[in-house]
Amino acid sequence: MKKFLPLAALLLAVLYVASTLRAPKNPGAFDVGGFSRLPLLVNGRLKPIDTVARSSLLQLQGRQTVTTAEGRKLLPAEWLLDVAFRPELADTYPHFEIVHPEVLAIFDLKAQDGQGEKRFSLRQLEPKISELQRQARLADPVEAAVRTSFQRAVTQLYGNLVHYQRLRHGFAAPGRSDFLGELLKFQDTVAAGVTAIRAKQAGQPHDEAVAKAMTELGEQFVVMNESTTFLVIPPDADNADLAAWRTAGAALLETFRSGRVNAAALAYAGFGHAWRNEKPEQFNKLVELFRSDLAKRFTPALEKCDAEARFNAAQPFYASMTLYALAFFLAVFSWLLWPDALGRAAFWLITIAWIVATAGIATRMWLEGRPPVTNLYSSALFVGWGAVGLCLILESFFRNAIGSVAAGVIGFATLLIAHHLSLSGDTLEMMRAVLDSNFWLATHVVVVTSGYSATFLAGFLAIIYIVRGVFTKTLDPTTADSLARMVYGIVCFATLFSFVGTILGGIWADQSWGRFWGWDPKENGALIIVIWNAIILHARWGGMIKQRGLMALAVGGNIVTGWSWFGTNMLGVGLHSYGFTDAAFIALTSFAISQLVLIAITFVPQAKWRSFAGLRRA
Amino acid sequence: MNDSVRQIRDFFVSLKLTVVLLVLGMILVFAATLDQVNLGIWAVQEKYFRSFFVLTRVGNVPVPVFPGGYLIGGVMLINLIAAHVYRFSFKWRKAGIQLTHAGLILLLVGELLTGLWQDEFSMRLAQNEPRNYSESYRANELAIVDTTDANFDEVTAIPEAVVENGGGIQSPRLPFRVVIKAYYPNSGLQGREGSNPAAPASVPRATQGIGLNVDLIPQPVTYKQDERNIPAALLELVSGEGPIGTWLVSADPRMTPQRVEHAGRTYTVGMRFERAYKHFTLTLQKFSHDRYSGTEIPKNFSSRIRLNTEDGRDDREVLIYMNNPLRYAGYTFYQASFEPGNDKVTILQVVRNPSWLIPYLACSVMTFGLLWQFCIHLFGFIGKRRAKLHPQPKAV
Repeated sequence: MKKFLPLAALLLAVLYVASTLRAPKNPGAFDVGGFSRLPLLVNGRLKPIDTVARSSLLQLQGRQTVTTAEGRKLLPAEWLLDVAFRPELADTYPHFEIVHPEVLAIFDLKAQDGQGEKRFSLRQLEPKISELQRQARLADPVEAAVRTSFQRAVTQLYGNLVHYQRLRHGFAAPGRSDFLGELLKFQDTVAAGVTAIRAKQAGQPHDEAVAKAMTELGEQFVVMNESTTFLVIPPDADNADLAAWRTAGAALLETFRSGRVNAAALAYAGFGHAWRNEKPEQFNKLVELFRSDLAKRFTPALEKCDAEARFNAAQPFYASMTLYALAFFLAVFSWLLWPDALGRAAFWLITIAWIVATAGIATRMWLEGRPPVTNLYSSALFVGWGAVGLCLILESFFRNAIGSVAAGVIGFATLLIAHHLSLSGDTLEMMRAVLDSNFWLATHVVVVTSGYSATFLAGFLAIIYIVRGVFTKTLDPTTADSLARMVYGIVCFATLFSFVGTILGGIWADQSWGRFWGWDPKENGALIIVIWNAIILHARWGGMIKQRGLMALAVGGNIVTGWSWFGTNMLGVGLHSYGFTDAAFIALTSFAISQLVLIAITFVPQAKWRSFAGLRRA
Repeated sequence: MNDSVRQIRDFFVSLKLTVVLLVLGMILVFAATLDQVNLGIWAVQEKYFRSFFVLTRVGNVPVPVFPGGYLIGGVMLINLIAAHVYRFSFKWRKAGIQLTHAGLILLLVGELLTGLWQDEFSMRLAQNEPRNYSESYRANELAIVDTTDANFDEVTAIPEAVVENGGGIQSPRLPFRVVIKAYYPNSGLQGREGSNPAAPASVPRATQGIGLNVDLIPQPVTYKQDERNIPAALLELVSGEGPIGTWLVSADPRMTPQRVEHAGRTYTVGMRFERAYKHFTLTLQKFSHDRYSGTEIPKNFSSRIRLNTEDGRDDREVLIYMNNPLRYAGYTFYQASFEPGNDKVTILQVVRNPSWLIPYLACSVMTFGLLWQFCIHLFGFIGKRRAKLHPQPKAV
């Protein structure tokens, strides 16, 4: 049985991954999947509705599923359909996460009032929205970096409510029971209405009721246009220009000029009508028609949207994370039992997880048309990917499961970090002007991030050495020796990559800002990593440190890299600062403290190390 | 060789010194990064890196608390050179390490020269308005210009440091003395409403010019990267016959130079960003600012500019955009910024750094050296590993 374990693990992993790739099924008779693949333009990028629904949910409540008060589970796209077309229902869904007790106090709510003790519905918040607005206005002039946690929580919640409004106004006018009917009537009466308004303005006799209805409808369209940033209406036929996408409200306002209600805006009202009145055939026919019309101009974009929706549903990084965790446990057990069989099984799981992550990163690169690292989120993916790649190389050389354990931890941890970074919205962002250079993104950013990967890997290998050496008897001299050689080799690799990456950054800075080195926090962070690795190498060459010293310093590399990766962004100054959250600060500090504790453990006298007790100095 | 010389030599060539210097350098960089929150990037460079000691004021006495960038870098340079001269012997196996360190020496020297030679200016170009000077980011000057001759301006520029010292300033080119009655390193201006001045009582009153209607509000000095200090002064012009009047001058760009008539000649007085005149003229022809559709995220900035020299030897169009600067006559012009809501103005950053090529050279040398060394290690390791695993890896 032992013999077949690796093969079984490999097969199961492949089956698991294959199961995530199945096309998602529609939950009912409605073609929700087809709807969720329709494109819209948000933040400068054409993306499927599915991505908007998912990133909105992550932003509002930190997870992609919604459970209604009745216990019904909703797909992200179903949720969005309710928000857009049945707001009276959606307003009762608990999809606003509030954890700050003082913010809850604004609403006279207690944690117990919310689903899962932290999620609340708009209905629950409504009575005190104006107070929240007042608090948000008070917090607004305070610089983001110096806001209190209350101010930050208020600003965030307020931003989430604004985002929710954008969704509500993005596709149809909220709160109308028959928006489609109104638009159809509008189509028939718009000519007469415009005449009536003109006459009214000129002070001539007119039909007051018609003029009033027209004005009211026009105002509604203005509100729709101004309350959203989602450009859902494609350009008119024979135009494929991205700049011509507009909001539903803007498209409807054009009717007063053109005399014809925009077909796409009418289609979205039609979706609303079918969704509200439970007419799946009508809904599905509309999806088909709308799509075939778009296909005439936007075939490549539609293909990308299809792929992206599929990518969203497959959640490759989640699958990868699960496999990393499993592999980690198998690899650790292999040190106690069946080293060959379990070690092999762990290796195969890591390999599959890494291939899945590779495919995920490659898909993102294709969707975005960019090198792998473009923001903090993708840097987390890439750091993990690089480190695990190195681990696979180590493991194929040493075959002692150490590479697999390190890969499991780093792979899992970086994907967890990435998940938390994805909570701020869509992770495929457009690049700001100065960063808009695929050449430098592909060279400087990739190389410097590989340096992070390697420094982390050296640190985690050192942790394995310390933990196994101090707390277990499994660190025999041969293993200790190979670990020391691994750490040394990886530190060399890290020095090379972080140095070359930093230098390339200097050259980029010289090209775009006019100075090679500007002592900007992110630059300094990279420099500190280089110096730290140089310290390790020189101390080793000078005989100032031996195996244990090497391990202690390598763990220190974790702190240095963590600081450079995230800490520098928390300073809120400098050209590179992008993104900062309270929770991240606490996480980083705890990480640094845990690493310091490990370094302290390294200084436990060798005689007290369980693996070395009774041995002479290794 | 006697003992003490040997000890000194051993100290300077030792690897321990290298490690100590690296640790000190790392602490310095880390502290400087943290301090940017308080001091801003510019002051931090002066305090930590372009100094021999990091000074902290205890009361009014500056006390050195840590070695500064020049000291650490300098000793590192000595350590590097000494160690390599002392231990030098050419071997292919060591060539990578030697190249890397030679590159590092070059890099340190380059950074020193950059610190000494580099000048940064900003150049604001409005469409179709030729300009032949750039302006300093930080330094200001008091400019008194004799504009009597319609064809020719005679400029007397007094640096801010001199104004700061206060007292009387006499120039042979001016028929009057300039007496600084007050100087403020940062200030705001406020139009006067009613007759009560908003300025604090400690600010002397102007008796001439714009200062009659505008109040000066002293402000604390700012270190923020995106803000600049607006110095202001109250100055009295005194001729042989006695005082002519007191003027308020400020570097606030809204305040244009003020006219002074004296002894049949016309002057203007004003505080302005220090200017560096060039022998060529740049004229903005078109500034483009593209955004991603439906957002305010900038996609690209570019400036189409006409470049011509006084002697007419150069007269051409250039395009400056992100990551694509213009290098001309020892200066480099970068697309730096724009004025929000005004697409007829571009702001360029102008850098003069005669040593700009050194880092490129140093980096190429170092990268090559590191690659060399890394490959030697890698192949050595793989070779050893192969030999060890021979004849066959254990079947699993």
